[in-house]
Order: sequence, then C-alpha cells, then structure tokens
Amino acid sequence: MDSIKKQLTFFGNALKVRNKRNDIIASNIANAATPNYKARDINFLDEFKKVTNTGEIRVTHSNHIPTKNYNISGKAFYRDPVIASLDGNTVELSVEQMQFAENTMKYQTTLKFLNGKITKMLSAIRGE
Amino acid sequence: MKIKNIFDIAGRAMAAQMVRLNTISSNLANAGATTGDPETVYKPLKPEFKTQYSENVKKNGISTVNVSKVVELQKEPFKIFDPNHPLADGDGYIYKAPINVEEEMVDMMDASRQYQNNVEVVTTLKALTLKTINLGK
Repeated sequence: MDSIKKQLTFFGNALKVRNKRNDIIASNIANAATPNYKARDINFLDEFKKVTNTGEIRVTHSNHIPTKNYNISGKAFYRDPVIASLDGNTVELSVEQMQFAENTMKYQTTLKFLNGKITKMLSAIRGE
Repeated sequence: MKIKNIFDIAGRAMAAQMVRLNTISSNLANAGATTGDPETVYKPLKPEFKTQYSENVKKNGISTVNVSKVVELQKEPFKIFDPNHPLADGDGYIYKAPINVEEEMVDMMDASRQYQNNVEVVTTLKALTLKTINLGK
C-alpha cells in the first residue's frame, strides 16, 4: 500500500504548492485596485523542498527518520514592482497575469504527470 | 465570514468592483443634475477599498478586498449664471453636480477590467479543480 502512496505523493505535494501559489496570485489580482496593498508571492522550489523530505534536515543514514512537514507554512515574500505606483499598491496586472498563466500551466503539467502515473498503475493492476 | 478558497477571494473582489461600478453609474446618472441650492446638489460617490486578510494569512497568504465604506466627495458644485433657469436662486445662479464625466468613464473602464480579471481567475481555477477531480479517468 505504501509503495502506491509513494508514487503519488511527489506530484500530490507539487500540486498542493502550485494550488497555494494560485491562491496567493488570485489574492493579488483581487487587490489590484486597493491602495497600499503589497503584492505577495512564494518561491515554489523552496516551498516544495519543505513539503518533500529534501528540506534542511537531510537523511544521511539509514537509521535517520526523514522529516516531513506537510502543512505548508512557508514565507510569502513581497514582490518588487517594476514601476511603483502613487497609491502604494505594488500589484502590476501584467506581471500577475503572466505569473498566473505560468502557474496554472505548470499545475496542468503536474496533473498530466500524475494522470500518467495513475494510468500506468491501473494498467499494471489490470495486467493489460 | 471566513475566506477559505478562490471563490471567496474572487467573489468578494467582484462584489467590491460591482460597488465601484454602481457608484460610477450613480455619478454618471447625476452628471447633469442641477439645483438652485448649493447645499442639496449631488456629490460624487466613491468607494473605499480595504484589503481583508484571512485569519491565517501567515500560513496561506490569502487575502481579498472589501468596500469599507462609500464616501461623498466634498467638491464645490459648478456655479453657473443662468437667470432664466426655473431653478435659479435669487442672484440668478444654478448649481451643477461636480462630476468629471471623463474621469468617471476612465474609472468605469478600469473597474470593468478588474472585474473581468477576477472572472478569468475563477474560470481558470474552476477548470483546474474539475480536472483534478477527474484524475485517473
């Protein structure tokens, strides 16, 4: 049972982080007209390292227990605006839209990989 | 109310933009309104936007926007000398609502763009969620 789980958690975690990033970018777009709002974002790779066991505490010995931190509680950074605006808002719609498009595309890519894994496992189970 | 997911984020942002569009259309509707009394003349309405963070924003980074209040701008009405106007006061002046139509139109375009952006976000993320539900099919 555990081996099936192992196959799926890697992409599952990636989806989780992508989803979190989508929420943050959506918050930025929602606040595109709010004075003094500062746009935020997370670093995907750092967050992903945190949820997989490739974090700060590395497993170097067979007796080590890998640390897994499943609740994503990483830092959300503030975006550096290309051109600062007068009302103190640092959301730039073009930037946010590009980031959103990139993130959703990568979410779909991960979904495709995960789907492939599931299809492969299913065909192995069926013995086709 | 708690802010949990994308529907809360974009839904409230759309509601806020809708309030903005409502104030703009009220302002435009009253753009030509005249009175004989500078006290009762229509004053332009503007919403005040405020970021609303979710309870555990430090964990999930989610925030949306709310209209904290709608304010009346204290602008001086346009004073026009027109003694033949039926509403003219004793000195022959009428008072027009201080609304800059061009400014309101630009504001309207901005508000509708923002609204569209939020719709787009919801549509995209809804499609992604549906795809995730249909995994392995």
